[in-house]
Amino acid sequence: MQFAAPDSLDKAVKLLKKLGTTRIVAGGTDLLVQMKSGFAAPDLIVDIKRIDEARQITEEAGGFRIGAAVSCFEMGEHAGLRKAWPGVVEAARLIGSTQIQGRATIAGNLCNASPAADSVPALIAAGAIATVVGPKGRRDVPVETIATAPGKTSLAKGELVASILLPARPARGGDAYLRFIPRTEMDIAVVGAGVALALDGSGTCVKARVALGAVAARALLVDDAAKALIGTKVDADALAKLAAAASAACKPIDDKRGTKEFRIQVAGVLARRAAETALQRARG
Amino acid sequence: MAGIHVTTTINGDTVEYVCQPDETLLDVLRDRLGLTGAKEGCGTGDCGACSVTLDGRLVCSCLVLGAEAEGRAIATVEGLADGETLHPLQRKFLEHAALQCGVCTPGFLVAAKALLDRNLNPTESEVRYWLAGNLCRCTGYDKIVRAVLDTAAEMRESRNAA
Amino acid sequence: MPLDAADRPKTSFKQVGTRPLRPDGIDKVTGRARFGADANAPGMLIGKILRSPHAHARIRKIDASKALALPGVKAVVTKDDFAPRDDDLADVLVNVMARDKALYHGHAVAAVAATSVQVARKALALIAVDYEVLPHVTDVDEAMKPNAPVIRDGLITKGVDPALTKASNVAERYEFGHGDVKAGFAQAEVVVEREFKTEATHQGYIEPHACLANVGSDGTGELWVCTQGHYMVRDNCARLLGMDLSKLRVTASEIGGGFGGKTTVFIEPVALALSRKAGRPVKLVMTRDEVFLATGPTSSTSMMVKIGAKKDGTIAAAEALFKYQGGAFPGSPAQFGAMTAFACYDLKNVKVIAYDVLCNRPKQAAYRAPGAPMAAFAVESVMAELGAKLGLDPIDFRRRNAAKQGTKAVYGPTFGPIGFVETLDAVKNHPNYKKPLSKNQGRGIASGFWFNFGGQTCVSLNIGTDGTVNLALGTPDIGGSRASMAMMAAEELGIPYDQVRAVVTDTSSLGYNDVTDGSRVTFAAGAATIHAARDAVRKLCARAARTWGIPEDAVVWENGHAKPAGANAGNHKPLSLKEISGSAGSTGGPIAGHHEFNAENAGPSFATHVVDVEVDPETGRTTVLRYLIAQDAGKAVHPSYVEGQFQGGAAQGVGWALNEEYVYGKDGRLQNAGFLDYRIPVASDMPMIDTIILEVPNPGHPYGVRGVGETSIVPPLAAVANAVSDAVGVRLSSVPYSPPKVLKALNGRMKAAAE
Repeated sequence: MQFAAPDSLDKAVKLLKKLGTTRIVAGGTDLLVQMKSGFAAPDLIVDIKRIDEARQITEEAGGFRIGAAVSCFEMGEHAGLRKAWPGVVEAARLIGSTQIQGRATIAGNLCNASPAADSVPALIAAGAIATVVGPKGRRDVPVETIATAPGKTSLAKGELVASILLPARPARGGDAYLRFIPRTEMDIAVVGAGVALALDGSGTCVKARVALGAVAARALLVDDAAKALIGTKVDADALAKLAAAASAACKPIDDKRGTKEFRIQVAGVLARRAAETALQRARG
Repeated sequence: MAGIHVTTTINGDTVEYVCQPDETLLDVLRDRLGLTGAKEGCGTGDCGACSVTLDGRLVCSCLVLGAEAEGRAIATVEGLADGETLHPLQRKFLEHAALQCGVCTPGFLVAAKALLDRNLNPTESEVRYWLAGNLCRCTGYDKIVRAVLDTAAEMRESRNAA
Repeated sequence: MPLDAADRPKTSFKQVGTRPLRPDGIDKVTGRARFGADANAPGMLIGKILRSPHAHARIRKIDASKALALPGVKAVVTKDDFAPRDDDLADVLVNVMARDKALYHGHAVAAVAATSVQVARKALALIAVDYEVLPHVTDVDEAMKPNAPVIRDGLITKGVDPALTKASNVAERYEFGHGDVKAGFAQAEVVVEREFKTEATHQGYIEPHACLANVGSDGTGELWVCTQGHYMVRDNCARLLGMDLSKLRVTASEIGGGFGGKTTVFIEPVALALSRKAGRPVKLVMTRDEVFLATGPTSSTSMMVKIGAKKDGTIAAAEALFKYQGGAFPGSPAQFGAMTAFACYDLKNVKVIAYDVLCNRPKQAAYRAPGAPMAAFAVESVMAELGAKLGLDPIDFRRRNAAKQGTKAVYGPTFGPIGFVETLDAVKNHPNYKKPLSKNQGRGIASGFWFNFGGQTCVSLNIGTDGTVNLALGTPDIGGSRASMAMMAAEELGIPYDQVRAVVTDTSSLGYNDVTDGSRVTFAAGAATIHAARDAVRKLCARAARTWGIPEDAVVWENGHAKPAGANAGNHKPLSLKEISGSAGSTGGPIAGHHEFNAENAGPSFATHVVDVEVDPETGRTTVLRYLIAQDAGKAVHPSYVEGQFQGGAAQGVGWALNEEYVYGKDGRLQNAGFLDYRIPVASDMPMIDTIILEVPNPGHPYGVRGVGETSIVPPLAAVANAVSDAVGVRLSSVPYSPPKVLKALNGRMKAAAE
């Protein structure tokens, strides 16, 4: 096993291209646990926290670009980001404990490809774009295309997510993320729901994205749930349809954290509650 | 595996060590440097007994590689008191009997200090959520939360007096 | 000297009842305190244990040759390094290291000692174990079925007359009670009968088991270990390794929580065997998943409780059946469950049957009032339902049937002075009991009992020439007992608290001390401390008498001074403890007090808890809003640590009630061996926990002390269950009241209401 801490993305990509298993340590909160259990035994660990570009939150096209090594806690300290995408920031600040948030990153949360990752439904709902850097250069892809199955990503050998771009918050837009856990903190989401929506001047929903976590092999973008809101005033009837659509989209499993029927039912409840919060935020 | 040479700052002192690439900062502190104040309760970031700060940021040292510490500044429970003078949190933990077995105490103290460094007027709820990553099985948290709130009140007072 | 029960407990105190700082405090807030894993030795090796991946498997062969060939590996041990035995330690040995069969997922099968943890881990992977996987059973009801796989060959149920001949997983049957249950139920006007299950929970101490063993080639050894009882560790380890007790010196480290889980040996004999074989010190520390897999969680249970009452609220009869599995070994606390179940109540007709059952799970260990919380969950759930049917306030219903002095307990004895009624009155008069509740909020009440233990205790008190005192104790301090002991010694000697230094000494320094368990230390070691101090006082008085040239019985001890007993004794200036000890060298040599005894007459402690919760009807999630505890402490020596015991037990009980459970897969493997998915309460899960300390003196202790450590975990399971029921009208037949289960029950109620 080797350790490297390059100071540029180019150097990181060159290292990652090497033969053998390579893993990136950004926050390390998943990787070190996997190494401890023997689940991961990389030949090379690449620490990306010495790369300036990965350490920054920058404004871009009215939105925000979040470097891959920016911790969730740092996201919460960024006033502009908090104002624009409160749901995404809340999701990031729900991951683990204060200690975990001091290390964990949303890029890491995305690339770890857990179906229960808290930040991912919020990012999907927000329409976030992942900037992937690799041997063939840079490419921008919607975040929902990164995870393909539990622990599996669409990234090629040598590629890494360098940053995540949150677009400009739409006028009269709002987002929210809620998750269900048995305790108040420290648990993996049993269900997660992210909603981002935008209203027109009359208060009619003109745009919506609804994403669910922990109810399928990867986070789901649920178009039917979004359709239930678009064109409505997001009234009780629309919210009930949203909840039904969210529940209908679930393909969960029974496991130690929850049953299928529980996840299906609560997915609808959380989608509705998240939409209510997003609506309030959109109304300002 | 070849050892990695690291130079870092711990509780204000420059420290050098050689560690393996897969060795955690907690292992380095405990096994190489003899700083056993940070405890390993789980090794997976779930209990907070190994809490330290890294460049002022509260982290679980079991989820940091020793190699990552190059050029950083680490603070542990051993650096909390100023010589013979306890930090107010340490004093209040004793006065409030906020520890029974005491194995989680170093982690709680480091975490609570990180909170009070940012917010000297936290609500009970803020204290509880900030400390949710520090498990205590003895106290039911009541006396710990009271000790932190009382410390904050005392530190506010002395700051206002100054 | 036995305790003189005729002596009324002392009632006026100078030190006892105050809240001084604990002697180990500074060390514990500065990181200086040394716990199990904090010790190292020159030339030390690291030990690791290989564990069974199977719930039940025959071990055909273990081949460690590749591991031994790995550079850096210094020793491998297996069952062959321990002589088989058929005595009282036979099961302990089988649990320490599997013999012919692996009996549960995580059962130790081999161990290595190597120069680093990395090498040790590699070596484990190189040990080849040939398993023949056998059918397994992890559920207590399944284990009792006739076709269940029999886990221990030839196990014949004890306590059955006529004796059975066929082997089964039922180790023992117990029966308790008195009166005529059938006749009693015939008189009952309202009867509630329910079945319940509880899942296994773990003590969840934050410090994993850890030890450092060092055995020399001369057959002597030293062991540093986090344990609730280092004498127990010494005796068990020495016997398992064939050593003289006197040649193994065990030092108890600071202990990072135990709650009963550190009252036996797991890794210690293995570390000693590795050290002996390698000829070097060996440090062995469990990982967190090993703690969950292979130490001693509590029993899971299956229970039936039936209670019948007259319309005026008098209980006419009560009956219960308890089935407790305790892992793959006899010894579950089924008996304690049966004995404690109805102990809060004065019952004319009562019958309890209990079964101790084996499953392919780790050998259970004591967990805070072992056996009692589950039984109380069942009984107090039925009491709530029955009280509601009778239209009675839950406190009034309990009060009407409350056990008092003179009540014959279900397990046999007649209670002396006890404080149960006092706990009921105290919570009823507390503001929490009257706080209004909103929609989806509910209030739950439950009571609990624990016997408390006494046990073998040996204490030594040595007075220095400067008048300060060293108090040598043999009972590891798991929650502040050194402070309490020093307070009691100071109280007797009449000197300031900070002049008594209490220390837990190693096994070579004192006679045998039982394990710190059964809420016994403040009671038993406290009484021994008081008597050791009185022993020292007699000697101090004798020295004064010699100095003054008067008879010993003409000297009395008051406020830390020897004084002439009266005018007839002469006019002598009182001598302080410091003065007498300062001149001890010329009056007969060092002055020390001792006491050795087997403490009896531990007074039981009762508690009543009131919890308010709010249930989210759409997710089934329960939030604890407020929590109130009233418990009898006899005499609270250090009230802060008494409150801490109340609060800590309640929080553990809340965890048990809502989220904590061992989850086994169909393959018999534990699925949640970590703090991520074994969910103990975190700070944000709990409210402040209000406490009322009641003091009904225990006549069996010179100061009236009762143990307080365990009762606090008995009521919370039912209290929370009753509160959820009060909030949203559903009652589950099992804990935890986890959100999926509560939501399912709520759905069922909605569906039933719609039909």
